[in-house]
Amino acid sequence: MTLLSTRGLSKHFAGLRAVEAVDFDLPEGEVRALIGPNGAGKTTFVGMLCGRIAPSEGRVTFDGRDITGLPAHRRIGLGMAYTFQITSIFTGLPVRENVALAARRAGQGGDAVERALGRVGLADRIDQEAGDLSYGHQRLLEIAMGLVQAPRLLILDEPAQGLADSEIADFKALIRDLAGEATVLLIEHNMNVVMELADRVTVLNFGAVLAEGTPQEIHENPAVQAAYLGTG
Amino acid sequence: MTEARKVLILHGGLLLLLFVLQFVLPAYHHGNLARIMVLASFAMAYNIMFGYTGLLSLGHALFFAAGMYGMALTMKHLAFTPAPALLAGLAAGLVVSAVIGALALRTAGVAFMIVTLMFAQAGYLAVLYFGDWTRGDEGFVIQQAERVLWGLDLSDPTWRYFAAFTLFSACLLISLALVRRPFGRTLIAIRENEERARMLGYDVFAMKLGAVVISGTMAAAAGASYGLLFGYAGASFASVQYSIFPLLWVLLGGAGTVIGPFLGTLFMFYLIDLSSGITTAYMLIAGVVLVLLTLFAPQGLAGEVRRRVWRWLP
Repeated sequence: MTLLSTRGLSKHFAGLRAVEAVDFDLPEGEVRALIGPNGAGKTTFVGMLCGRIAPSEGRVTFDGRDITGLPAHRRIGLGMAYTFQITSIFTGLPVRENVALAARRAGQGGDAVERALGRVGLADRIDQEAGDLSYGHQRLLEIAMGLVQAPRLLILDEPAQGLADSEIADFKALIRDLAGEATVLLIEHNMNVVMELADRVTVLNFGAVLAEGTPQEIHENPAVQAAYLGTG
Repeated sequence: MTEARKVLILHGGLLLLLFVLQFVLPAYHHGNLARIMVLASFAMAYNIMFGYTGLLSLGHALFFAAGMYGMALTMKHLAFTPAPALLAGLAAGLVVSAVIGALALRTAGVAFMIVTLMFAQAGYLAVLYFGDWTRGDEGFVIQQAERVLWGLDLSDPTWRYFAAFTLFSACLLISLALVRRPFGRTLIAIRENEERARMLGYDVFAMKLGAVVISGTMAAAAGASYGLLFGYAGASFASVQYSIFPLLWVLLGGAGTVIGPFLGTLFMFYLIDLSSGITTAYMLIAGVVLVLLTLFAPQGLAGEVRRRVWRWLP
């Protein structure tokens, strides 16, 4: 069953075609990676999925329902969770309160906060102020804030960026573990992460879908290689 | 000792102290403290928006005046008794803050400050324009005979103190309950990182509007009480000065602390009172002290206490 799909989704910024007529289907339960060179329109595309950016044209459907006109907070309420490319947490509040804010809105009670922090390995830092955490730990906290919502669709915008190698290994284990419960849309530059985690990969280039397929197919696709390496 | 217990002891202790003080204070300070408690209620209202939600309004005089005139005009022209007149003041504050909030919250940051300032100035000018009813700058006195609430003469210092104390206690307890509940904690989250709060699924606009309405209605309660307790309503209470005062009190006392607005109001009131006893250039002394305080305690009195010793201070 298709959880999320777009038809003809476009975004034009004063003549710049950041995203152009993207048709995209994400089946439930899949881990999908979205890749592309810098400026390919990945973050703009995802921004339109979760309601941070209004599309110029096209529709977004989530769980069979047209959500194109819904504001961001309503989409989150339908079961999307979003983690920011640039870490965005409540730095002035304790780690526990950060995750609790996410849990409360999603109606997750009990020990959900402790469990989510345990899964990302931050259980022993629950009473620290979030701003005092290291960069890698702040990224993990942000992922915990996504997890605790028990979302149907988890959108991760470059989650592995800035993580140390050991942390990346933990992160991969976490996503594999999660794969059974939620659909994951992963925007990622780290090809090692993409190849290992993704069931399928969508490649964006100049705002349009260049290719879609299994990691292996994408790896061998000459058009994708050209886009990344340049044809000159 | 748990945090909740410490919070209870501190704030309950303050209320108890204020209650007991009325029996021991000399008449002059007794009267001052009644005034301070009403003004501190205004400051607490301001703090809900500025300190907890991060919305810097420069137009709170409008809400204070809405309460004051909602009360005073209904008494003067419709012959309301104090209780319904107070309710009319509250209702005026509620309506005005809901309308202004819905409009002003379409902006943010500096634009929000300017929009709230403009609305407040429009309110001030409206008071002057409708001078036939409001008597404009000159204002009007609410006669002692009219200021009797449930048989209690509010012009009598004892009852006046008690009424001010009741208002103050209510505002303090509401503030305290608010910031410990999910709604208040979400307001803090919006202050800390609005976009993150939105992307956790919170309807940020609705919650900010809620904060404006609570703050505006509380400010109106202070304005209505002020007029009733001190027997006067005038346009000066709608002037920009009364938008700046609560900002100053909250900044001095500690934005985002429940007890800060009271400390700031008390401090500022007595700073001016004492320095004006020394010299006619008392604003110079007040100014220097304010500069020193912002230099050495930028988070205000209670904010500094929280930073250094009492991390749990709500």
